[in-house]
Amino acid sequence: MNIVVLVKQVFDTEAKIVIGADGRIDDSNVTMVMNPYDENATEEALLLKERLGGEVIAVAAGTPKAQETLRTALAMGADRAVLVSDPALQSVSDDYAAAQALAKAVSELKPDIILTGRVAIDYGSKIAGRVAEILGIPQVNTVTRLEVNGDKAVAAREIDGGSEVIEVTLPAVFSAQKSLNNPRYPTVAGIMKAKKKELKTLTLADLGLDATMSGKMQIVGYSLPAGRKGGRVIPGEPGQAAAELAKLLRSEAKVI
Amino acid sequence: MAKGIWVFVEQSNGNIRKVSLELLSQGRKLADEKGEELAAVIMGQNISALAGEAAKYGADKVYVADDEKLASYSTGAYTSVFAKLIRENEPNLVLLGNTAVGKDLAPRVATRVGVDAAIDCVGIEADAANYVNLTRPIYAGKALIKVVSPEARPVMATVRPNTFPVAEPVSKEAAVVNVPVAVDPADLGAILKELISQATGRPELTEANIIVSGGRGMKGPEDFVILEELADCLGASVGASRAAVDAGWREHKYQVGQTGKTVSPVLYIACGISGAIQHLAGMGSSKVIVAINKDPEANIFQVADYGIVGDLFQVVPALTAECKKLQA
Ligand SMILES: Cc1cc2nc3c(=O)[nH]c(=O)nc-3n(C[C@H](O)[C@H](O)[C@H](O)COP(=O)(O)OP(=O)(O)OC[C@H]3O[C@@H](n4cnc5c(N)ncnc54)[C@H](O)[C@@H]3O)c2cc1C
Ligand SMILES: Nc1ncnc2c1ncn2[C@@H]1O[C@H](COP(=O)(O)O)[C@@H](O)[C@H]1O
Repeated sequence: MNIVVLVKQVFDTEAKIVIGADGRIDDSNVTMVMNPYDENATEEALLLKERLGGEVIAVAAGTPKAQETLRTALAMGADRAVLVSDPALQSVSDDYAAAQALAKAVSELKPDIILTGRVAIDYGSKIAGRVAEILGIPQVNTVTRLEVNGDKAVAAREIDGGSEVIEVTLPAVFSAQKSLNNPRYPTVAGIMKAKKKELKTLTLADLGLDATMSGKMQIVGYSLPAGRKGGRVIPGEPGQAAAELAKLLRSEAKVI
Repeated sequence: MAKGIWVFVEQSNGNIRKVSLELLSQGRKLADEKGEELAAVIMGQNISALAGEAAKYGADKVYVADDEKLASYSTGAYTSVFAKLIRENEPNLVLLGNTAVGKDLAPRVATRVGVDAAIDCVGIEADAANYVNLTRPIYAGKALIKVVSPEARPVMATVRPNTFPVAEPVSKEAAVVNVPVAVDPADLGAILKELISQATGRPELTEANIIVSGGRGMKGPEDFVILEELADCLGASVGASRAAVDAGWREHKYQVGQTGKTVSPVLYIACGISGAIQHLAGMGSSKVIVAINKDPEANIFQVADYGIVGDLFQVVPALTAECKKLQA
């Protein structure tokens, strides 16, 4: 069983976003982490390997720094890792190009199962569906349970207002919801071992892709949302304050 | 010549979902500005009656794909039919709600027709050079980007619920086009085995006008009853902070925040929630925020339009009583 897990390096959730002098988002003082849902994807890949045997290969597209996130996946137990890194991809949110590059890197690994996170908490561009489409294989999003039997998998997934159970023929892409599992922490031994595991870096040219490949959409501006200000604190006993609040919500804010 | 603005109309239990009505309403405005046609695309089984509804919200034309193969949503069948329709008719703009279905379908269809799709947009403006420009939040709303598609058509986007108001329905007829349904065999790799509906009688969290959320201050799962009572009176949904979810009091799907759902209701009432950066990221774009917290220093008061410093176990039931009075 070849199991590929896509892991993205993202800003820590504590990060405050700062726009730099170049008008783009400044990443210079930000702690980077593995996208939280990719921890679930990695965990599931490792559980599948423990059950069915095979190899877990972690794949990322990003800057050279994204090696750190691949090392985290290796420390959790992945066998080897591939980083797709190319200046042409550096405009982080070039979703179309990133999906093409990831799909090409993944297809060369001949996977039976591809796991991703439900969403990347930075750009959330829906890479899983794009990769699945480029590879021409099924996708199952927001998976909360996954069972593999031979060349079939049965997955439960969250949908609006309920859930569904889907059977797919492998290979297929599954995006992990948080409730899928509890990700393990890398152990000290795992971290030591990870240093010796293979981590290959590929450029677009190495993948046989056009290095001038550009996306279909362009970012033309970054901004910060209008900051909110604290409003009014309503004084009084709970009963009085609640009455005043209800009145304000009705007559001033006009929202109830 | 590519032309027209399309809205993918999502339905649940025979009704058009609110986000689709929002998109039809906004699509109508854009179509008028551009002097183009607004078309609705409806897929499902026994859904022909919805065509008239879509017309009332502005559609000039309604593509109806009515077939048992589309009875419930599946990525493969819906992608097959929708992508073919786009290729044959070459619209300029295709909008979907940023719902579970929209997020699943849009990237797949976009990739098949060779374009990109902007996910979870909160703004669409007509743009002379690029047809439209789209605003989308990144880092769960901590920043925004403006994106354009200079050449590729259609421009595809999913749009966050509650971004645009629903227009008043008008009396209007639309041309109905019945779409032949053929699913590419390559799209049949997934089979739906079971569909479990968990109807709560409350609106979907991301689509709700009003959300009452509880945090660690709720003390336990039973206490959410007082939030549910308030929510029932307001017609609201009930959300939670991660602390409440991690404690096992609520399911993860009700978590609001950077690693939960991003919501933009008209009114968000945070009860016993301190206002951590990850929580604020998920609800900071709410129109009006109310905080009920016993700690006057709690961060949530920095963003709340109205705050009550007090014990939520006293304030919330009192607010429910006031709500009932208003409705009496
Ligand atoms: C990677 C990562 C991702 C995260 N993602 C999310 C996310 O998506 N969503 C999210 O919410 N958090 C998220 N968090 C967690 C976040 O940092 C906070 O820990 C969490 O939001 C705190 O929840 P809380 O406000 O309910 O609890 P607390 O911070 O403990 O606050 C409880 C509040 O209740 C008040 N209170 C207590 N009793 C009462 C009472 N009787 N009456 C009135 N007020 C009372 C207290 O004064 C306090 O302000 C994330 C954290 C990390 C590290
Ligand atoms: N640059 C990337 N490198 C590796 N994996 C990625 C990348 N972008 C997205 N992914 C994967 O796709 C998932 C969903 O991301 P997104 O579609 O951007 O929300 C993530 O959780 C990752 O598993």
